[in-house]
Amino acid sequence: MSALTQSTPGAAQSDAAPEKELRPPSYWPFVVPALVVVIAIIIFPWVFTIWMSLNEWKVGSSTTFVGLSNYLRLTSDPRFIEAIGHTLVYTALSVLLPLVLGTFAAVVFHQKFPGRGFLRGVFIMPMMATPVAIALVWTMMFHPQLGVLNYLLSLVGIPAQLWVFHPATVIPSLVLVETWQWTPLVMLIVLGGLAAIPTEPYESAQIDGASIWQVFRFITLPLIMPFLFIAGMIRMIDAVKSFDIIFAITQGGPGSASETINIYLYSVAFSYYDLGYGSAIAVVFFLLIVLLAAVMLYARQRMLWTEIASGT
Amino acid sequence: MVNHKISRRTLLTGTAAAGALSLTGLPARAEVNWKKYAGTKLEVILAKGPRGDNLQKYVKEFTELTGIQVEAEQIPEQQQRQKVVIEFTSGRPSFDVVHLSYHVQKRQFEKAGWLADLTPFMKDPALTAPDLVESDFSAAGLQYARNDKGQMLSLPWSVDYFILYYNKELFEKKGVAVPKTLDEMAAAAEKLTDTKEGIYGFVGRGLRNANMAMWSNFFLNYGGEFLDAKGNILTDGPEAIAATKLYQTLLTKSAPPGVAGFNWMESMASFTQGRSAMWIDGVGWAPPLEDPAASRVVGKVGYTVVPAGPKGQYSSTYGDGIGVAAASKNKEAAYLLCQWVVSKTQGARLLQAGGGVPFRNSILGDPEVQKGVKTKEWLQSVIDSGKISKLGLPVVIPVAEFRDIVGAAVTATLSGADPAAELKKANDQYRPILERSEKA
Repeated sequence: MSALTQSTPGAAQSDAAPEKELRPPSYWPFVVPALVVVIAIIIFPWVFTIWMSLNEWKVGSSTTFVGLSNYLRLTSDPRFIEAIGHTLVYTALSVLLPLVLGTFAAVVFHQKFPGRGFLRGVFIMPMMATPVAIALVWTMMFHPQLGVLNYLLSLVGIPAQLWVFHPATVIPSLVLVETWQWTPLVMLIVLGGLAAIPTEPYESAQIDGASIWQVFRFITLPLIMPFLFIAGMIRMIDAVKSFDIIFAITQGGPGSASETINIYLYSVAFSYYDLGYGSAIAVVFFLLIVLLAAVMLYARQRMLWTEIASGT
Repeated sequence: MVNHKISRRTLLTGTAAAGALSLTGLPARAEVNWKKYAGTKLEVILAKGPRGDNLQKYVKEFTELTGIQVEAEQIPEQQQRQKVVIEFTSGRPSFDVVHLSYHVQKRQFEKAGWLADLTPFMKDPALTAPDLVESDFSAAGLQYARNDKGQMLSLPWSVDYFILYYNKELFEKKGVAVPKTLDEMAAAAEKLTDTKEGIYGFVGRGLRNANMAMWSNFFLNYGGEFLDAKGNILTDGPEAIAATKLYQTLLTKSAPPGVAGFNWMESMASFTQGRSAMWIDGVGWAPPLEDPAASRVVGKVGYTVVPAGPKGQYSSTYGDGIGVAAASKNKEAAYLLCQWVVSKTQGARLLQAGGGVPFRNSILGDPEVQKGVKTKEWLQSVIDSGKISKLGLPVVIPVAEFRDIVGAAVTATLSGADPAAELKKANDQYRPILERSEKA
C-alpha cells in the first residue's frame, strides 16, 4: 500500500482515505502497559515454567535438557499419584460440606429473629482470621492428650480421637478446619441469593399447603442454584490450591497421609530444590485445575439448557 | 601450628628490619589485628533460635572490638535454608556470613562451592587468635566443617547430641531403674505406661522427616551405617529393620496416642506435663524443661546418654556451623566475626544459657565454664555424649528426600505396616534420587 502511494504522488489527494488506515491505531499506547504486565507476570512465568519442566534443573548444579522425562517420572511416582487422590478427596469434602452447611446457615439467618445482625457478624468472624493463625490454634485443639476437642468429647462419653495425628482421620480433620473457616463465605453468597427471591412463590406455596421441606426443595433451592454454583466454584478453586492450613497443621503428615499436590510440589521445589521436576508437577497441577473448572462450567451450561428445555 | 607461628614471626622481624613493613603499621609481634577492618559492614543471615539470639545479644562487643558493623537477621530455620540456597544460586548473595546446618547442607554447599575456604585465614596469625586451632574442635565438628580436600569451609559452632531425658518421679513411683540398654528401655517404657492415668513410658518424634533424627539413634546402636564404601544407601538392612521394630514397639505400645504426628514440640509438651516418662531428643531442651513457667517437671528431670544397643552405643549428632560466602567482598572481616562467634566467651555463654553446645573441647572442658552451667547432670550427659558422638544422617546432597522418604516408611510402621517391607520400598524409591544427585 505504501509503495503504491509513494509511486503515484499525483494521486495523493484522492488517496487520503487509505492513507488514514496506514496510521498506527491510536489505541496502541493504551494497550501496551497492560500487555507488558500480562506478558511479564503471566505469560513469561508460564512459558518459563514449561521450559524448566523440560530440563533437569537442580539448584546448585548445571541444567540439561531432558525432554519429557520429568513427566514420565511423574507417572511412576507413587507419592505424586497418592497426592492427586488426597487433593481430590480434600477438595470434594471441602466444597460439599461448606455448601451444605452454608446454605443451611443462610436459610436460618434469612429468618427474622432478634439479634440476627449481631449473630450474622459473629458467624462470619472465622473468615476474617489469618489461616496460619487459625491452623496453629486448631493444632493445639487437636492434640490427643492436651487438646480441648478430646476434652469436649470426653464430657459426652465419646472416646478420645486422634484427629490429625492418624492417617485415617487426618483429611477429614483438616476439612473440618477448612469448613469452619469457609462456611460463612457460602452463607454470605447464598444470603444474597435469598434476598433476591420474590415472596410470591412462597405465598402461593403456603396456600397450596406445601411443607417446609417442599418449599425449600422446589422453590428456594432452584432459585438460589446460580448462587450456589458461584459459591461452589469459588470454594473449589480455594480448596484445590489450599496450602497454608495443611502445611501449618500437618506438613502433609502423618507419613504422607495428607500430602496434597500443592504440599508435594512445595517439597520438591523448595526442600529438594528439584526445580525441573517441581515445574512438571506444577504444569500437571495446572491442567488438573483447568479440567476441574471445565467440568464445572460444562455442568453449569447443562443446567442452563435443562432449565431452558423445561421452560423455567 | 606453633612452628608456623615462629617462622612467621621471624619472617616479620626480618622484613621489618628492611624497613618495608614498618610503613604498614603492622605490629612486630604477630597478634590479631582486630581493628584492621574497622568500618566494614557485614550482613549475616541466621536461623532463628538460641544460637542466633546469642550472637545478636552480644554482637555490640564484637563491634567495639573490631569497629566492624554487623547487620544480623534471624529467619525461621526452614525458610532460612531456602533463602540461603536461592541467594547463593543467584551468584550474588546479600549476606557475607551464613549460619548453616551441617546435617542438611554440608554436601550441598561443598559441591556447589558456595563457601570460602577459611584454612588460609586460620593459618594467618594476624587474623586468628592463637587459641583457635583446628584440633580444638571435636571430631564430629571437623568431619562437618572440612571438605574432602581437608579445607575448612566453615567454623563448627554448636553441636546437637541426642540424649535421654527421663522423669525421676515417675521412675521412682514404679520402681524402675534408668535403662542402660535399648532392650531395658523398651521394657522400662512398658512398665511405666499407665493408660488409665494417662501416663506413657516413652515419647519421641513420630512425624515423618523429623523422626529420622531420633530413629538414627537406634539405627546406629544396632550397628547400622548409612552408606557403604561406594556410597549406596543401606537403610533396608537387618540393622535398620531391628531399629525400626524397636521404634515401632516403643511408639505403639508405650507412647501417647497420636505420636505419629508428634515433632519435638508435641513430645516436649507431653514430657513437661509429666505425661511421659522418657524422651529422646536434642540436648537443647534443658532450659524449657527447667523453667517453672513452662514445665511441671522442674527439678525432676534426669539427663543421661542414649542407652546402648547390641552393636554399640552412640549419640546421634547434628550441628550448626558459621561460614563465609565465597562471593563476599569482605571475607577477612567476615572471618573475624565467625571467629568471635565460636570464641571462648561466646561459646561459654551459649553453653551456660543451655542454648547449644560448643564444638570446642577447650570450652566444654574448662572447669570455670562448667561452674556456670546450672544443671550439672545435663552437662555430664553432654560430655558423655560427646565421647560417643556419631553423625546422625548420611552426608549426601538429597538429605531432605532421605528424611522424607525413609521417615514416611518409619512413620507408616506406627499404623501397623511391616518394617522390612516399608524400608525396602523406601530404599527403592530413594536409591535413584541419590544416584541422580551424585551424578549431576
